[in-house]
Amino acid sequence: MSATSSQELEQAPPRMSSRLEGELMEVSLGPQHPSTHGVFRMNVALEGEIVRKLKPVFGYLHRNHEQIGESAGYLQAMPYTDRLDYFCSMTNNWAYALSVEKLAGIEVPERAEYLRIILAELTRLQNHTSLLGFLLSDMGAWGTPLMYAFREREKILDLFESLSGARMMCDYMRFGGCRVDANDDWIAGAKKIVDLFPKFLDEFEDLILQNEIVIARTQHVGKLSPELAISAGITGPMLRASGVNYDIRKIDKYGFYPRFKFRVPLGDHGDTYDRLMMRALEMRESLSILQQAFAQIQPGPVMNPKVKIRAFKPPVGEAYGRIEAPKGELGFYLISDGSANPYRYRVRPPSFINLTILEDMCLGHTVADVMVILGSIDIVMGEVDR
Amino acid sequence: METLEQIKKRIEAAVPGAKIDIVNNGSPSAQHSLKIDNEHARDVARFLRDDPALRFDFCSNVTGVDWLDRVIKKTVKTKQVVDGVEKDVDLTSEEKIPGYLEAVYHLFSIAHKHGPVIIRMQTGRANAQLSSLTPIWRSAELQEREIFDLYGIKFEGHPDLRRILMWDEFEDFPMRKDYRPPDDFEWEPTPHDDVLERAKQHYPARPTETELKPS
Amino acid sequence: MIGAGIAKGMAVTLRNFVGSYLEEDRLTTVQYPEERNPLPENYRNFPILIFDGNDPHAGLRCVACKICEKECPPQCIYITKSEDKKPDYMGKPQFYPAVFDIDISVCMSCQICVEVCPFEAIKMDKEFELSKRERFNALLERKEQLAKSNEYYHHIHPVEAAQVDKNLAEAAAAAEAKKKAAAAATTAKASSVGDAVSVPGKPAASPTAQSLGSTSSPGVSPPAAN
Ligand code: SF4
Ligand code: SF4
Repeated sequence: MSATSSQELEQAPPRMSSRLEGELMEVSLGPQHPSTHGVFRMNVALEGEIVRKLKPVFGYLHRNHEQIGESAGYLQAMPYTDRLDYFCSMTNNWAYALSVEKLAGIEVPERAEYLRIILAELTRLQNHTSLLGFLLSDMGAWGTPLMYAFREREKILDLFESLSGARMMCDYMRFGGCRVDANDDWIAGAKKIVDLFPKFLDEFEDLILQNEIVIARTQHVGKLSPELAISAGITGPMLRASGVNYDIRKIDKYGFYPRFKFRVPLGDHGDTYDRLMMRALEMRESLSILQQAFAQIQPGPVMNPKVKIRAFKPPVGEAYGRIEAPKGELGFYLISDGSANPYRYRVRPPSFINLTILEDMCLGHTVADVMVILGSIDIVMGEVDR
Repeated sequence: METLEQIKKRIEAAVPGAKIDIVNNGSPSAQHSLKIDNEHARDVARFLRDDPALRFDFCSNVTGVDWLDRVIKKTVKTKQVVDGVEKDVDLTSEEKIPGYLEAVYHLFSIAHKHGPVIIRMQTGRANAQLSSLTPIWRSAELQEREIFDLYGIKFEGHPDLRRILMWDEFEDFPMRKDYRPPDDFEWEPTPHDDVLERAKQHYPARPTETELKPS
Repeated sequence: MIGAGIAKGMAVTLRNFVGSYLEEDRLTTVQYPEERNPLPENYRNFPILIFDGNDPHAGLRCVACKICEKECPPQCIYITKSEDKKPDYMGKPQFYPAVFDIDISVCMSCQICVEVCPFEAIKMDKEFELSKRERFNALLERKEQLAKSNEYYHHIHPVEAAQVDKNLAEAAAAAEAKKKAAAAATTAKASSVGDAVSVPGKPAASPTAQSLGSTSSPGVSPPAAN
């Protein structure tokens, strides 16, 4: 399939005339490259500056996470999930907790569900903010937007720290609820940050979205058709940027998402600009979910008292649980043989699967565009290589 | 969405000769799955993707599972007449299941927003081979490569089957249940005395490299 | 007009530049070694062992039950149980760890050891400036380095420590009350033993034996492994 699409793109006239027509040069981009977001390598065949072939190379951060999960118990795997996508440890925790809850049929108290939604949406905010900063940094806007993004992200990470004890490796959720309760001060602090966030978003949108350079670098770059996106299993903001209405929060109705009113933003063109806009728009929706959650949350227990954390043994069987993580569908597939550790522990990593179509999106573009396209996919190597 | 029984019936009607079994899942998640046979896998997959009522156009998760040789003990209580007295006797039957490798696909439908339907294919542990579903769902491309890399299932019809996470020279399949990590990661076989001793204990138990190598 | 978007962006940059001198929420950096942000109450870093009183050996709450060693995901705790026993905070003779090492180059600060410890003996420290000059032995924390006083614990986690102290006091009081009740029951039984019809072969049915045999109390439950 990649052969046909690459042929089509090869027939299209290159965007820039190249001097070295017909002569291919192989270049290894990465693994130590400031724009590959970690240790990621691409073997690229170039004709002049135009990419003619691109093969991603993975595995520099491979540590066989799945095997670690199979040799550790159900509780012990939880802190390891933090290290998958280390930007979004809260959503990783939730996805894993949700799968175990499905596997063992565990109920979660109401307050814990609200806290989970609050934390997941805060995670989405900070992930998308820092993504926008990184993306601009990939385009050449060195430092400044990234620092503004990190300033806001840091406020959210401070919230995580004061709740769970760590900024990034939160290890906060447990199957059957959450580890500690949030006190009223925390909720008030979170509400204050959420109230101030739109101001930052307005400012950030002023900074970038009409910028002529950003528009020239992103519009019509790295187009992804909805058909290819669906077939290639693309999920998350990238899929919706191609105009496919598929948000697991709406489809699976996990957690208490059906109780919230929010819209799913969709793109028209599936290019890099749409993917960038998608993040900005999703943040607005996350803010509205957060405001509703603060209004609805009630005091109560945060942990199901019936769940035994230690020596937890779910019944024999299997379960696949998935959530809408900031990067796409994050799923955990667990097989239990009735013992204290999972027989099979599988992570469905969104950023890994979203890389399937990297070559298709990059063919015919220049090397500089490859960096922008890669940045718009939003990958974290901890999750890609596992 | 139709029930699995209905889907099974319709697949059997649409793909003549296909052998479909329903695999029950006893956990509260109740995600039962369909076991499909290797020869008709691609036709079944195409049917699942293209059938207007099912339209499983999104293959979310593809993964491998390694099952070692197992013995399942079943105890059945029966009444038997022993020495003229009726007694309850536990009859233990042992069922040997030879080990096999499995590829599991989780399918969802974006068009109809339903799912999941889980399909699984099985193959022996030596010379593991299955037909690739990448021509049907592009999303299986990297994930089947990952299964090839970590479990050693060779996918026929995959456009670019190479190792993905481990390096190309690596031999062995680290996610198999009988995999032993090398006793010394830097030198293999290792020159150190005590590590060598440990290695000696381990190595005979390993399957030979030619047995494990696909093709 | 081309350039309008860039100009708009530049205005934002200027606002931030000026604002970083004037506005509170744009003034976010601190000059680290001289200035420090306060750490939140829940901040966690590496585990420490809590002891009561002044003597790290006598007051150590840990009873070497090895639950944390078993549950620690990267297996970075190493414990050897002592041969003899010493009294714990309730005066009951208990084992203590002869060796208690945590390899903090392996520890991932997950707090699972704290969660599973039934004796409130292991807690998380807040010390984060831990650079050492050597890779191996310096990063292996021994019992002596790990033992921190209860006052120190109160200093780093005031709210949590107060709660723990309350739980422990309640548990001790409950145990005390139970003991008293048991003693009272024993005397009562001793006085009434003459006319009571005892059930032969069922000594466990007497309340005395039961309440003395069970040490379970709210908040502090005994480990199953011990
Ligand atoms: S669980 Fe607590 S009491 Fe038991 S060995 Fe660990 S620190 Fe000591
Ligand atoms: S914090 Fe986690 S890794 Fe560290 S010693 Fe405790 S259980 Fe082990």
